[in-house]
Amino acid sequence: MRALLLTVLMLASMPALAGAQPPIIAAASDLQFALTEAAERFKEQTGSDVRLNFGSSGNFRRQIAQGAPFELYLSADEAYVFALHQEGHTLDEGTIYAIGRLVWLQRSQRGDLPDEAAPLAGVEQAIAALANGARERIALANPEHAPYGVAAQQALSHASLWAPVAPLRVLGENVSQAAQFALADDARGGLVAYSLALAPALAQRSEYVLIPEEWHAPLRQRMVLTRQAGDVAKAFYAWLQEDEALAILKQYGFSTE
Amino acid sequence: MDWSALSVSLHLAALTCLFLLPVGIWAGRALATARFRGKGLCEALIALPLVLPPTVLGFYLLQQFGRDAPLGSVWATLTGGGLNFTFSGILLASLIANLPFAIQPIQRAFEHVPTNLREAAWCSGLSPWQTLWRIELPLVWPGILSAAALTFAHTLGEFGVILMVGGAIDGETRTLAIAIYDRVQAFDEQGAARMSALLLLVSLTTLGLVYGLAGKRRWARG
Repeated sequence: MRALLLTVLMLASMPALAGAQPPIIAAASDLQFALTEAAERFKEQTGSDVRLNFGSSGNFRRQIAQGAPFELYLSADEAYVFALHQEGHTLDEGTIYAIGRLVWLQRSQRGDLPDEAAPLAGVEQAIAALANGARERIALANPEHAPYGVAAQQALSHASLWAPVAPLRVLGENVSQAAQFALADDARGGLVAYSLALAPALAQRSEYVLIPEEWHAPLRQRMVLTRQAGDVAKAFYAWLQEDEALAILKQYGFSTE
Repeated sequence: MDWSALSVSLHLAALTCLFLLPVGIWAGRALATARFRGKGLCEALIALPLVLPPTVLGFYLLQQFGRDAPLGSVWATLTGGGLNFTFSGILLASLIANLPFAIQPIQRAFEHVPTNLREAAWCSGLSPWQTLWRIELPLVWPGILSAAALTFAHTLGEFGVILMVGGAIDGETRTLAIAIYDRVQAFDEQGAARMSALLLLVSLTTLGLVYGLAGKRRWARG
């Protein structure tokens, strides 16, 4: 039985797909659209492909510590990058590539988009409606491992709405899923990344209002090369700091100075 | 259409079948014919992946596959690599998650082979190996086919275990089921719909083909 198991294991260790594979990039899901566009442009210019994986920054931080084969990590929270650096998983402390913004996002044509002076008015109304038995959900990313979830929690706390909104909260595994929940029929809306609100796939069916930057800790997004980084990953890392990449990030609502 | 995800899924399903069917035949026959202490426990352990939430199985495997864990360190000594977030890792996870699908149909089939038939074969001078090959396997063939179909189709559809152990890496551990989830996350519902339809079609064809064949066989035998 042990011999059989070993044979199985040895056979299984053969690579499933032959050939050199492009480097795998782990990216925060607020980059879902911006980074896809950047990677396409990068390929046009250099001929090199990268494989993009989107998810919550916290999950990627854990996976990299567990040995996941990511060569470049674009986190939505620089604290995760610093932690990985301290544990020796990265080449250096990386660099800030963008500052994110939080928005209130809701389905288009609801006709009740809050104005910038009171961007969380929708949340207050949903809480008030709860007393009459209406349950309009408020979506956000999970604050336990998604930086935009943390920012959303801070913004709601700033407006003293975090506790009252508890029965209405619906948590996305990452900010992209939170945006999905925000646009669902039984949701009032949600607190998600500005970059998603600006993406063409969402722009048609949603409307948004910016949350003041002072309401939450700055979303300083930092990227870093891991110790497994190869040449293509390094080239992409450098390219992401050039004007063309910065222009794409800016177009998706990131500030990049 | 995410062809690399489809390719990973088909690879995974085919290899899972290839490795598990011999195990299924051996274990299914042993469980059907032998009486031993702890047989109930054995059967319970094999059936466990049926009822265990995939996240629970995935969580334990994630821990076992780590380089500090016994299984992960043995693997690292043998191959020099880790198990988590690799194709080998999701294959091993898939083998464990599919044990009941590979063993149970074959065990049921062997249970329906009458003991006296086996004894008659021995009396006629057939060795146990010849008996298995020429008498028993042709009789349990529909069970083996069902096991193959269930294992194949279930592997295509597996999500939770693969996501936890594999981490959804493009071209390596991102299966079609996970690619569909990713497409939905990217607000690409058309892409998700196309891939879902393909998965539905492949699963239905696999099951339909095999149950059709098995049914025909039963019918032909009268």
